[in-house]
Amino acid sequence: MNDYSITILTFIAIQAIVACGLNVIVGYAGQISLGHAAFFGIGAYSSALLTTKAGLTFWAALPLVILITGSIGLVLGMPSLRLREDFLAVTTIGINFIVESVFLYVPFFGGALGLGGIPSITLLGTRLRGPKFLYLCLVLLGLVLLISRRFTKSWAGLACFALREEETAASSMGVSPIRFKLLAFVLGTAMAGMGGALYAHLMRFISATDFGFPLSITLMSMVVLGGIGTLWGPVIGALILGVLPEVFRPLIDYRMLLNAAILLLMIRFQPAGLLGEGSLLRRLFRRKGGTSNG
Amino acid sequence: MDDVLLRLDSVSKHFGGLKAVDDVSFELAKGEILGLIGPNGAGKTTCFNLISGVYTPTSGAIYLEGKTTGGLPPYRMAALGVGRTFQVVKPFSTLSVVRNVMVALGLKRYGGVLSSFAPWETKKSRKEAMTLLEEVGIAHLADTPSGQLPLGNQRRLELARALALRPGLLLLDETFSGLRHEEISLLSKLVLEVRNKGISVLLIEHNMKVAMGLSDRLVVLDHGRLLAEGKPEDIRSDPAVIEAYLGKGASANAS
Repeated sequence: MNDYSITILTFIAIQAIVACGLNVIVGYAGQISLGHAAFFGIGAYSSALLTTKAGLTFWAALPLVILITGSIGLVLGMPSLRLREDFLAVTTIGINFIVESVFLYVPFFGGALGLGGIPSITLLGTRLRGPKFLYLCLVLLGLVLLISRRFTKSWAGLACFALREEETAASSMGVSPIRFKLLAFVLGTAMAGMGGALYAHLMRFISATDFGFPLSITLMSMVVLGGIGTLWGPVIGALILGVLPEVFRPLIDYRMLLNAAILLLMIRFQPAGLLGEGSLLRRLFRRKGGTSNG
Repeated sequence: MDDVLLRLDSVSKHFGGLKAVDDVSFELAKGEILGLIGPNGAGKTTCFNLISGVYTPTSGAIYLEGKTTGGLPPYRMAALGVGRTFQVVKPFSTLSVVRNVMVALGLKRYGGVLSSFAPWETKKSRKEAMTLLEEVGIAHLADTPSGQLPLGNQRRLELARALALRPGLLLLDETFSGLRHEEISLLSKLVLEVRNKGISVLLIEHNMKVAMGLSDRLVVLDHGRLLAEGKPEDIRSDPAVIEAYLGKGASANAS
Protein backbone atom coordinates (compact mmCIF):
# COMPACT_ATOMS: atom_id res chain seq x y z
CA MET A 1 0.00 0.00 0.00
CA ASN A 2 1.34 3.42 -0.87
CA ASP A 3 1.49 6.44 1.44
CA TYR A 4 -1.52 7.96 -0.23
CA SER A 5 -3.84 5.04 0.50
CA ILE A 6 -2.55 4.82 4.05
CA THR A 7 -3.32 8.48 4.66
CA ILE A 8 -6.82 8.03 3.26
CA LEU A 9 -7.39 4.98 5.45
CA THR A 10 -6.11 6.82 8.52
CA PHE A 11 -8.61 9.63 7.88
CA ILE A 12 -11.34 7.05 7.45
CA ALA A 13 -10.43 5.30 10.72
CA ILE A 14 -10.50 8.62 12.61
CA GLN A 15 -13.84 9.59 11.09
CA ALA A 16 -15.18 6.13 11.91
CA ILE A 17 -14.27 6.67 15.58
CA VAL A 18 -16.14 10.00 15.59
CA ALA A 19 -19.10 8.52 13.68
CA CYS A 20 -19.30 5.68 16.23
CA GLY A 21 -19.63 8.34 18.92
CA LEU A 22 -22.43 10.01 16.97
CA ASN A 23 -24.09 6.62 16.59
CA VAL A 24 -24.25 6.21 20.37
CA ILE A 25 -26.14 9.51 20.62
CA VAL A 26 -28.36 9.25 17.53
CA GLY A 27 -28.56 5.53 16.92
CA TYR A 28 -28.76 4.14 20.43
CA ALA A 29 -30.41 6.95 22.40
CA GLY A 30 -32.35 8.49 19.49
CA GLN A 31 -31.20 12.05 20.22
CA ILE A 32 -30.53 13.94 17.02
CA SER A 33 -27.23 15.81 16.99
CA LEU A 34 -26.17 17.94 14.03
CA GLY A 35 -23.22 19.48 15.85
CA HIS A 36 -21.00 16.48 16.45
CA ALA A 37 -18.04 18.07 14.64
CA ALA A 38 -17.85 20.60 17.50
CA PHE A 39 -16.79 17.86 19.91
CA PHE A 40 -14.35 16.46 17.36
CA GLY A 41 -12.90 19.98 17.33
CA ILE A 42 -12.86 20.30 21.11
CA GLY A 43 -10.88 17.07 21.28
CA ALA A 44 -8.43 18.24 18.63
CA TYR A 45 -7.90 21.68 20.22
CA SER A 46 -7.56 20.21 23.74
CA SER A 47 -4.90 17.78 22.61
CA ALA A 48 -3.10 20.43 20.58
CA LEU A 49 -3.03 22.87 23.49
CA LEU A 50 -2.08 20.24 26.08
CA THR A 51 0.85 19.01 23.99
CA THR A 52 2.11 22.37 22.74
CA LYS A 53 1.41 24.84 25.56
CA ALA A 54 1.38 22.45 28.55
CA GLY A 55 4.12 20.25 27.15
CA LEU A 56 2.40 16.93 27.81
CA THR A 57 2.98 13.89 25.62
CA PHE A 58 0.12 12.62 23.46
CA TRP A 59 -0.36 9.67 25.81
CA ALA A 60 -0.55 11.82 28.93
CA ALA A 61 -2.90 14.24 27.20
CA LEU A 62 -5.29 11.63 25.75
CA PRO A 63 -7.15 10.75 28.99
CA LEU A 64 -7.43 14.47 29.77
CA VAL A 65 -8.72 15.20 26.27
CA ILE A 66 -11.40 12.54 26.64
CA LEU A 67 -12.31 13.90 30.07
CA ILE A 68 -12.47 17.52 28.85
CA THR A 69 -14.56 16.70 25.78
CA GLY A 70 -16.92 14.49 27.79
CA SER A 71 -17.30 17.19 30.45
CA ILE A 72 -18.10 19.86 27.87
CA GLY A 73 -20.55 17.37 26.38
CA LEU A 74 -22.15 17.04 29.82
CA VAL A 75 -22.43 20.80 30.32
CA LEU A 76 -23.79 21.48 26.83
CA GLY A 77 -26.01 18.40 26.89
CA MET A 78 -27.75 19.30 30.13
CA PRO A 79 -29.86 22.16 28.75
CA SER A 80 -29.99 20.88 25.14
CA LEU A 81 -31.23 17.35 25.81
CA ARG A 82 -34.34 18.68 27.52
CA LEU A 83 -35.47 19.67 24.04
CA ARG A 84 -36.85 17.18 21.58
CA GLU A 85 -36.42 16.44 17.90
CA ASP A 86 -36.37 19.57 15.69
CA PHE A 87 -35.52 21.84 18.61
CA LEU A 88 -32.64 19.61 19.64
CA ALA A 89 -31.42 19.51 16.04
CA VAL A 90 -31.39 23.31 15.81
CA THR A 91 -29.69 23.64 19.20
CA THR A 92 -26.92 21.23 18.27
CA ILE A 93 -26.34 23.10 15.00
CA GLY A 94 -26.03 26.22 17.14
CA ILE A 95 -23.47 24.52 19.38
CA ASN A 96 -21.43 23.66 16.30
CA PHE A 97 -21.36 27.27 15.05
CA ILE A 98 -20.60 28.70 18.49
CA VAL A 99 -17.71 26.31 19.14
CA GLU A 100 -16.31 26.98 15.68
CA SER A 101 -16.53 30.75 16.26
CA VAL A 102 -14.79 30.48 19.63
CA PHE A 103 -11.89 28.66 17.97
CA LEU A 104 -11.85 31.22 15.18
CA TYR A 105 -12.05 34.44 17.18
CA VAL A 106 -10.42 33.76 20.55
CA PRO A 107 -6.67 34.41 20.25
CA PHE A 108 -5.88 31.68 22.81
CA PHE A 109 -7.05 29.14 20.23
CA GLY A 110 -4.86 30.59 17.52
CA GLY A 111 -7.67 32.55 15.83
CA ALA A 112 -7.85 32.41 12.08
CA LEU A 113 -4.26 31.18 11.88
CA GLY A 114 -5.11 27.97 13.70
CA LEU A 115 -2.76 25.97 15.88
CA GLY A 116 0.46 24.58 14.47
CA GLY A 117 3.54 22.81 15.74
CA ILE A 118 1.57 19.94 17.22
CA PRO A 119 4.08 17.17 18.00
CA SER A 120 3.71 13.79 16.34
CA ILE A 121 3.05 10.74 18.47
CA THR A 122 5.93 8.65 19.73
CA LEU A 123 5.66 5.18 21.18
CA LEU A 124 8.65 3.42 22.81
CA GLY A 125 10.98 5.90 21.21
CA THR A 126 9.68 5.55 17.64
CA ARG A 127 7.70 8.22 15.88
CA LEU A 128 4.35 6.88 14.70
CA ARG A 129 4.03 7.66 11.01
CA GLY A 130 2.31 6.13 8.00
CA PRO A 131 1.14 2.60 8.69
CA LYS A 132 2.04 2.79 12.39
CA PHE A 133 -0.24 5.76 12.89
CA LEU A 134 -2.95 3.87 11.02
CA TYR A 135 -2.51 0.89 13.37
CA LEU A 136 -2.91 3.17 16.37
CA CYS A 137 -6.15 4.55 14.88
CA LEU A 138 -7.41 1.04 14.17
CA VAL A 139 -6.65 -0.10 17.72
CA LEU A 140 -8.54 2.86 19.15
CA LEU A 141 -11.39 2.26 16.68
CA GLY A 142 -11.51 -1.32 17.95
CA LEU A 143 -11.67 0.00 21.50
CA VAL A 144 -14.54 2.34 20.57
CA LEU A 145 -16.42 -0.54 18.94
CA LEU A 146 -15.89 -2.70 22.02
CA ILE A 147 -17.21 0.03 24.29
CA SER A 148 -20.21 0.58 21.98
CA ARG A 149 -20.98 -3.11 22.00
CA ARG A 150 -20.63 -3.37 25.74
CA PHE A 151 -22.94 -0.35 26.11
CA THR A 152 -25.70 -1.96 24.01
CA LYS A 153 -25.47 -5.05 26.21
CA SER A 154 -25.85 -3.10 29.45
CA TRP A 155 -29.06 -2.06 31.22
CA ALA A 156 -28.07 1.53 30.47
CA GLY A 157 -28.03 0.67 26.76
CA LEU A 158 -31.43 -0.97 26.99
CA ALA A 159 -32.73 2.12 28.81
CA CYS A 160 -31.47 4.24 25.90
CA PHE A 161 -33.19 2.00 23.32
CA ALA A 162 -36.43 2.34 25.29
CA LEU A 163 -36.05 6.15 25.38
CA ARG A 164 -35.41 6.22 21.65
CA GLU A 165 -38.61 4.29 20.97
CA GLU A 166 -41.04 5.80 23.47
CA GLU A 167 -39.91 8.34 26.04
CA THR A 168 -43.15 8.43 28.07
CA ALA A 169 -43.37 4.65 28.35
CA ALA A 170 -39.67 4.35 29.20
CA SER A 171 -40.07 6.93 31.91
CA SER A 172 -42.96 5.04 33.47
CA MET A 173 -40.70 1.98 33.52
CA GLY A 174 -38.18 3.66 35.79
CA VAL A 175 -35.89 5.13 33.12
CA SER A 176 -34.88 8.71 33.91
CA PRO A 177 -34.88 10.36 30.46
CA ILE A 178 -32.35 13.08 31.17
CA ARG A 179 -29.91 10.78 32.97
CA PHE A 180 -29.66 8.26 30.17
CA LYS A 181 -29.73 10.80 27.34
CA LEU A 182 -26.84 12.59 29.04
CA LEU A 183 -24.98 9.33 29.53
CA ALA A 184 -25.22 8.57 25.79
CA PHE A 185 -24.28 12.16 24.93
CA VAL A 186 -21.21 12.15 27.17
CA LEU A 187 -20.09 8.76 25.87
CA GLY A 188 -20.59 9.87 22.25
CA THR A 189 -18.82 13.20 22.69
CA ALA A 190 -15.91 11.55 24.53
CA MET A 191 -15.44 9.26 21.52
CA ALA A 192 -15.46 12.33 19.26
CA GLY A 193 -12.83 13.86 21.52
CA MET A 194 -10.59 10.84 21.10
CA GLY A 195 -10.95 11.08 17.33
CA GLY A 196 -10.12 14.78 17.54
CA ALA A 197 -6.88 14.10 19.40
CA LEU A 198 -5.79 11.62 16.69
CA TYR A 199 -6.70 14.13 13.99
CA ALA A 200 -4.65 16.92 15.61
CA HIS A 201 -1.53 14.76 15.81
CA LEU A 202 -1.99 13.40 12.32
CA MET A 203 -2.38 16.85 10.71
CA ARG A 204 -0.06 18.61 13.20
CA PHE A 205 -1.87 21.79 12.23
CA ILE A 206 -5.53 22.48 12.90
CA SER A 207 -7.85 25.40 12.28
CA ALA A 208 -11.45 26.15 13.18
CA THR A 209 -12.87 25.45 9.71
CA ASP A 210 -11.83 21.78 10.00
CA PHE A 211 -14.66 21.34 12.48
CA GLY A 212 -17.54 23.17 10.83
CA PHE A 213 -21.16 22.28 10.27
CA PRO A 214 -20.55 20.49 6.90
CA LEU A 215 -18.43 17.92 8.76
CA SER A 216 -21.31 17.32 11.19
CA ILE A 217 -23.55 16.60 8.21
CA THR A 218 -20.95 14.26 6.70
CA LEU A 219 -20.69 12.38 10.01
CA MET A 220 -24.47 12.08 10.17
CA SER A 221 -24.50 10.83 6.57
CA MET A 222 -21.97 8.14 7.49
CA VAL A 223 -24.17 6.91 10.33
CA VAL A 224 -27.34 6.95 8.22
CA LEU A 225 -25.65 5.31 5.24
CA GLY A 226 -24.05 2.52 7.23
CA GLY A 227 -27.05 1.78 9.40
CA ILE A 228 -28.19 3.94 12.27
CA GLY A 229 -28.03 2.12 15.61
CA THR A 230 -25.96 -0.79 14.30
CA LEU A 231 -22.48 -1.57 15.61
CA TRP A 232 -20.58 -1.61 12.31
CA GLY A 233 -22.78 0.84 10.39
CA PRO A 234 -20.74 3.98 11.14
CA VAL A 235 -17.52 2.19 10.13
CA ILE A 236 -19.02 1.07 6.80
CA GLY A 237 -20.45 4.55 6.29
CA ALA A 238 -17.10 6.21 6.98
CA LEU A 239 -15.38 3.77 4.63
CA ILE A 240 -17.78 4.37 1.74
CA LEU A 241 -17.95 8.15 2.11
CA GLY A 242 -14.17 8.21 2.57
CA VAL A 243 -13.30 6.06 -0.44
CA LEU A 244 -15.89 7.33 -2.94
CA PRO A 245 -14.41 10.81 -3.40
CA GLU A 246 -11.06 9.18 -4.16
CA VAL A 247 -12.55 6.81 -6.71
CA PHE A 248 -14.50 9.64 -8.34
CA ARG A 249 -11.59 12.04 -8.20
CA PRO A 250 -12.64 13.90 -11.38
CA LEU A 251 -15.99 14.66 -9.74
CA ILE A 252 -14.40 16.25 -6.67
CA ASP A 253 -16.29 19.51 -7.18
CA TYR A 254 -19.54 17.62 -7.01
CA ARG A 255 -18.65 15.76 -3.83
CA MET A 256 -21.43 17.21 -1.70
CA LEU A 257 -23.89 16.62 -4.53
CA LEU A 258 -22.81 12.98 -4.67
CA ASN A 259 -23.20 12.63 -0.91
CA ALA A 260 -26.67 14.12 -1.07
CA ALA A 261 -27.67 11.76 -3.88
CA ILE A 262 -26.42 8.74 -1.91
CA LEU A 263 -28.27 9.90 1.18
CA LEU A 264 -31.54 10.41 -0.72
CA LEU A 265 -31.27 7.02 -2.41
CA MET A 266 -30.63 5.38 0.93
CA ILE A 267 -33.57 7.06 2.60
CA ARG A 268 -35.81 6.05 -0.30
CA PHE A 269 -34.68 2.43 -0.72
CA GLN A 270 -32.84 1.35 2.45
CA PRO A 271 -34.05 3.62 5.24
CA ALA A 272 -32.43 1.49 7.95
CA GLY A 273 -29.01 1.87 6.28
CA LEU A 274 -26.78 -0.73 4.67
CA LEU A 275 -26.54 -2.84 7.82
CA GLY A 276 -29.90 -1.95 9.36
CA GLU A 277 -32.76 -4.27 10.20
CA GLY A 278 -34.42 -5.59 7.02
CA SER A 279 -31.73 -4.18 4.70
CA LEU A 280 -30.68 -5.96 1.52
CA LEU A 281 -27.23 -6.86 2.82
CA ARG A 282 -28.56 -8.26 6.05
CA ARG A 283 -31.19 -10.39 4.31
CA LEU A 284 -28.57 -11.73 1.91
CA PHE A 285 -26.32 -12.55 4.82
CA ARG A 286 -29.15 -14.29 6.70
CA ARG A 287 -30.07 -16.45 3.73
CA LYS A 288 -26.49 -17.63 3.50
CA GLY A 289 -25.91 -17.62 7.23
CA GLY A 290 -28.12 -20.57 8.13
CA THR A 291 -31.58 -21.45 9.26
CA SER A 292 -31.79 -19.79 12.67
CA ASN A 293 -34.00 -16.98 11.44
CA GLY A 294 -35.79 -18.81 8.67
CA MET B 1 -60.73 1.48 55.29
CA ASP B 2 -57.63 1.51 57.48
CA ASP B 3 -55.21 0.13 54.92
CA VAL B 4 -55.19 2.96 52.40
CA LEU B 5 -52.64 2.65 49.59
CA LEU B 6 -53.55 5.66 47.48
CA ARG B 7 -55.39 8.78 48.50
CA LEU B 8 -56.33 11.74 46.33
CA ASP B 9 -57.07 14.79 48.44
CA SER B 10 -59.10 17.40 46.50
CA VAL B 11 -56.83 17.11 43.51
CA SER B 12 -57.28 19.52 40.60
CA LYS B 13 -55.52 19.81 37.28
CA HIS B 14 -56.28 22.83 35.14
CA PHE B 15 -55.03 23.39 31.62
CA GLY B 16 -55.55 27.13 31.23
CA GLY B 17 -59.28 27.57 31.66
CA LEU B 18 -60.06 23.87 31.27
CA LYS B 19 -60.61 22.08 34.54
CA ALA B 20 -59.67 18.59 33.40
CA VAL B 21 -59.76 17.31 36.97
CA ASP B 22 -61.54 19.47 39.50
CA ASP B 23 -61.40 18.89 43.25
CA VAL B 24 -61.45 15.11 43.12
CA SER B 25 -60.92 13.01 46.25
CA PHE B 26 -61.01 9.25 46.61
CA GLU B 27 -59.15 6.44 48.28
CA LEU B 28 -57.90 3.07 47.17
CA ALA B 29 -57.35 0.35 49.75
CA LYS B 30 -54.60 -2.26 49.59
CA GLY B 31 -55.71 -5.22 47.50
CA GLU B 32 -58.73 -3.40 46.13
CA ILE B 33 -59.84 -3.15 42.52
CA LEU B 34 -61.26 0.30 41.95
CA GLY B 35 -62.92 1.16 38.66
CA LEU B 36 -62.66 4.71 37.33
CA ILE B 37 -65.47 5.35 34.88
CA GLY B 38 -67.12 8.27 33.20
CA PRO B 39 -68.06 9.60 29.76
CA ASN B 40 -65.39 10.70 27.29
CA GLY B 41 -63.48 13.74 28.47
CA ALA B 42 -64.42 13.17 32.09
CA GLY B 43 -60.78 13.43 33.22
CA LYS B 44 -60.01 9.76 33.80
CA THR B 45 -56.74 9.64 31.89
CA THR B 46 -55.69 12.99 33.36
CA CYS B 47 -56.27 11.40 36.76
CA PHE B 48 -53.95 8.55 35.76
CA ASN B 49 -51.32 10.99 34.55
CA LEU B 50 -51.51 12.80 37.88
CA ILE B 51 -51.14 9.59 39.88
CA SER B 52 -48.28 8.28 37.74
CA GLY B 53 -46.37 11.57 37.86
CA VAL B 54 -46.75 12.73 34.25
CA TYR B 55 -48.58 15.83 35.51
CA THR B 56 -48.23 17.74 38.77
CA PRO B 57 -51.57 18.67 40.36
CA THR B 58 -52.58 22.34 40.10
CA SER B 59 -53.83 22.00 43.66
CA GLY B 60 -54.49 19.25 46.14
CA ALA B 61 -52.25 16.36 47.05
CA ILE B 62 -51.79 12.69 46.20
CA TYR B 63 -50.60 10.29 48.88
CA LEU B 64 -49.08 6.90 48.25
CA GLU B 65 -48.84 4.84 51.43
CA GLY B 66 -49.33 8.00 53.42
CA LYS B 67 -46.54 9.96 51.73
CA THR B 68 -47.21 12.83 49.38
CA THR B 69 -45.99 12.29 45.82
CA GLY B 70 -46.46 15.81 44.50
CA GLY B 71 -44.04 16.67 41.70
CA LEU B 72 -42.25 13.33 41.52
CA PRO B 73 -41.51 12.38 37.89
CA PRO B 74 -42.86 9.12 36.38
CA TYR B 75 -39.59 7.23 36.73
CA ARG B 76 -39.61 7.92 40.47
CA MET B 77 -43.25 6.85 40.74
CA ALA B 78 -42.34 3.59 38.99
CA ALA B 79 -39.65 3.02 41.61
CA LEU B 80 -42.26 3.66 44.32
CA GLY B 81 -44.34 0.83 42.90
CA VAL B 82 -46.74 2.42 40.44
CA GLY B 83 -47.06 0.42 37.22
CA ARG B 84 -49.25 1.63 34.38
CA THR B 85 -50.52 0.89 30.90
CA PHE B 86 -51.45 3.51 28.32
CA GLN B 87 -54.78 4.18 26.65
CA VAL B 88 -52.95 4.76 23.37
CA VAL B 89 -50.50 1.84 23.44
CA LYS B 90 -46.84 2.82 23.62
CA PRO B 91 -44.72 -0.21 22.74
CA PHE B 92 -40.96 0.13 22.14
CA SER B 93 -41.74 -0.68 18.52
CA THR B 94 -38.46 -1.94 17.08
CA LEU B 95 -37.63 -3.97 20.19
CA SER B 96 -38.91 -7.51 20.40
CA VAL B 97 -41.79 -8.33 22.72
CA VAL B 98 -39.57 -10.02 25.30
CA ARG B 99 -37.14 -7.09 25.29
CA ASN B 100 -40.02 -4.71 25.92
CA VAL B 101 -40.70 -6.57 29.14
CA MET B 102 -37.01 -6.64 30.01
CA VAL B 103 -36.90 -2.82 29.94
CA ALA B 104 -39.32 -2.87 32.86
CA LEU B 105 -37.35 -5.61 34.63
CA GLY B 106 -34.43 -3.17 34.82
CA LEU B 107 -36.35 -0.84 37.15
CA LYS B 108 -34.06 -1.48 40.11
CA ARG B 109 -30.92 -1.13 37.98
CA TYR B 110 -31.47 2.28 36.42
CA GLY B 111 -30.82 4.15 39.66
CA GLY B 112 -27.24 3.00 40.23
CA VAL B 113 -24.14 3.73 38.18
CA LEU B 114 -22.60 0.27 38.49
CA SER B 115 -25.83 -1.72 38.34
CA SER B 116 -26.90 0.03 35.11
CA PHE B 117 -23.73 -1.23 33.40
CA ALA B 118 -24.40 -4.88 34.17
CA PRO B 119 -25.48 -6.93 31.14
CA TRP B 120 -29.24 -7.08 30.59
CA GLU B 121 -29.72 -10.03 28.29
CA THR B 122 -29.10 -12.80 30.80
CA LYS B 123 -30.82 -16.17 31.04
CA LYS B 124 -32.38 -15.03 34.31
CA SER B 125 -33.91 -11.83 32.96
CA ARG B 126 -35.14 -13.55 29.81
CA LYS B 127 -36.77 -16.30 31.86
CA GLU B 128 -38.43 -13.75 34.11
CA ALA B 129 -39.77 -11.89 31.08
CA MET B 130 -40.98 -15.12 29.45
CA THR B 131 -42.89 -16.05 32.60
CA LEU B 132 -44.74 -12.75 32.46
CA LEU B 133 -45.46 -13.17 28.75
CA GLU B 134 -46.89 -16.63 29.47
CA GLU B 135 -49.16 -15.10 32.10
CA VAL B 136 -50.65 -12.68 29.59
CA GLY B 137 -50.64 -15.35 26.87
CA ILE B 138 -48.23 -13.95 24.26
CA ALA B 139 -45.11 -16.03 25.02
CA HIS B 140 -45.20 -17.45 21.48
CA LEU B 141 -44.63 -13.93 20.12
CA ALA B 142 -41.60 -13.22 22.31
CA ASP B 143 -39.17 -12.51 19.47
CA THR B 144 -41.51 -10.52 17.22
CA PRO B 145 -40.87 -6.77 17.02
CA SER B 146 -43.56 -5.32 19.26
CA GLY B 147 -44.60 -2.73 16.67
CA GLN B 148 -45.86 -5.50 14.42
CA LEU B 149 -48.35 -6.92 16.91
CA PRO B 150 -52.08 -6.30 16.53
CA LEU B 151 -53.63 -3.98 19.11
CA GLY B 152 -54.96 -6.75 21.34
CA ASN B 153 -51.55 -8.27 21.81
CA GLN B 154 -49.96 -4.87 22.33
CA ARG B 155 -52.40 -4.29 25.18
CA ARG B 156 -51.38 -7.62 26.70
CA LEU B 157 -47.74 -6.62 26.30
CA GLU B 158 -48.42 -3.36 28.13
CA LEU B 159 -49.91 -5.35 30.98
CA ALA B 160 -46.88 -7.67 31.08
CA ARG B 161 -44.56 -4.66 31.14
CA ALA B 162 -46.47 -3.04 33.99
CA LEU B 163 -46.43 -6.31 35.96
CA ALA B 164 -42.68 -6.64 35.39
CA LEU B 165 -42.25 -3.57 37.59
CA ARG B 166 -43.63 -5.69 40.49
CA PRO B 167 -45.93 -2.80 41.35
CA GLY B 168 -47.95 -2.28 44.49
CA LEU B 169 -50.43 -0.26 42.47
CA LEU B 170 -51.40 -1.14 38.93
CA LEU B 171 -53.03 1.51 36.74
CA LEU B 172 -54.86 0.03 33.76
CA ASP B 173 -55.94 2.60 31.18
CA GLU B 174 -58.57 0.91 28.99
CA THR B 175 -56.56 -2.27 28.84
CA PHE B 176 -59.63 -4.22 27.76
CA SER B 177 -60.74 -2.04 24.88
CA GLY B 178 -60.31 -3.48 21.43
CA LEU B 179 -60.01 -7.04 22.75
CA ARG B 180 -62.07 -10.09 21.82
CA HIS B 181 -64.29 -11.85 24.38
CA GLU B 182 -61.84 -14.67 25.09
CA GLU B 183 -59.03 -12.16 25.54
CA ILE B 184 -61.14 -10.12 27.92
CA SER B 185 -61.96 -13.11 30.09
CA LEU B 186 -58.31 -14.21 30.13
CA LEU B 187 -57.09 -10.78 31.19
CA SER B 188 -59.92 -10.33 33.72
CA LYS B 189 -58.85 -13.56 35.36
CA LEU B 190 -55.28 -12.31 35.37
CA VAL B 191 -56.28 -9.01 37.00
CA LEU B 192 -58.11 -10.93 39.73
CA GLU B 193 -55.03 -13.11 40.28
CA VAL B 194 -52.86 -10.01 40.47
CA ARG B 195 -55.18 -8.59 43.12
CA ASN B 196 -55.01 -11.84 45.09
CA LYS B 197 -51.25 -11.33 45.25
CA GLY B 198 -51.99 -8.11 47.12
CA ILE B 199 -51.56 -5.64 44.25
CA SER B 200 -54.13 -2.85 44.17
CA VAL B 201 -55.65 -2.09 40.80
CA LEU B 202 -57.10 1.15 39.52
CA LEU B 203 -58.71 0.70 36.14
CA ILE B 204 -60.30 2.92 33.57
CA GLU B 205 -62.83 1.02 31.53
CA HIS B 206 -65.51 1.85 28.99
CA ASN B 207 -66.85 -1.67 28.79
CA MET B 208 -69.40 -1.55 31.62
CA LYS B 209 -69.72 -5.29 31.89
CA VAL B 210 -65.98 -5.57 32.55
CA ALA B 211 -65.83 -2.57 34.85
CA MET B 212 -68.81 -3.73 36.92
CA GLY B 213 -67.63 -7.32 36.98
CA LEU B 214 -64.08 -6.68 38.07
CA SER B 215 -64.29 -3.71 40.39
CA ASP B 216 -64.94 -3.87 44.10
CA ARG B 217 -65.94 -0.22 43.97
CA LEU B 218 -66.43 2.37 41.28
CA VAL B 219 -65.62 6.06 41.10
CA VAL B 220 -67.53 8.01 38.47
CA LEU B 221 -66.09 11.20 37.01
CA ASP B 222 -67.95 13.68 34.84
CA HIS B 223 -66.51 16.93 33.50
CA GLY B 224 -63.54 16.55 35.82
CA ARG B 225 -65.67 16.29 38.96
CA LEU B 226 -66.44 13.32 41.14
CA LEU B 227 -70.01 12.36 40.34
CA ALA B 228 -70.54 9.22 42.37
CA GLU B 229 -68.65 6.60 44.31
CA GLY B 230 -69.80 3.20 45.54
CA LYS B 231 -70.38 -0.45 44.87
CA PRO B 232 -71.10 -1.47 41.26
CA GLU B 233 -74.75 -2.37 41.99
CA ASP B 234 -75.39 1.06 43.52
CA ILE B 235 -73.64 2.90 40.70
CA ARG B 236 -75.65 0.95 38.14
CA SER B 237 -78.91 2.34 39.50
CA ASP B 238 -77.64 5.82 40.37
CA PRO B 239 -79.81 8.28 38.41
CA ALA B 240 -77.02 10.89 38.23
CA VAL B 241 -74.68 8.37 36.60
CA ILE B 242 -77.29 7.21 34.10
CA GLU B 243 -77.97 10.81 33.20
CA ALA B 244 -74.27 11.58 32.68
CA TYR B 245 -73.90 8.64 30.32
CA LEU B 246 -77.17 8.65 28.45
CA GLY B 247 -78.74 12.04 28.98
CA LYS B 248 -81.87 13.01 30.81
CA GLY B 249 -84.74 10.54 30.73
CA ALA B 250 -82.83 7.81 29.02
CA SER B 251 -83.37 4.20 29.87
CA ALA B 252 -80.44 2.27 31.30
CA ASN B 253 -79.01 0.37 28.41
CA ALA B 254 -75.31 0.73 28.91
CA SER B 255 -73.19 -2.32 28.38
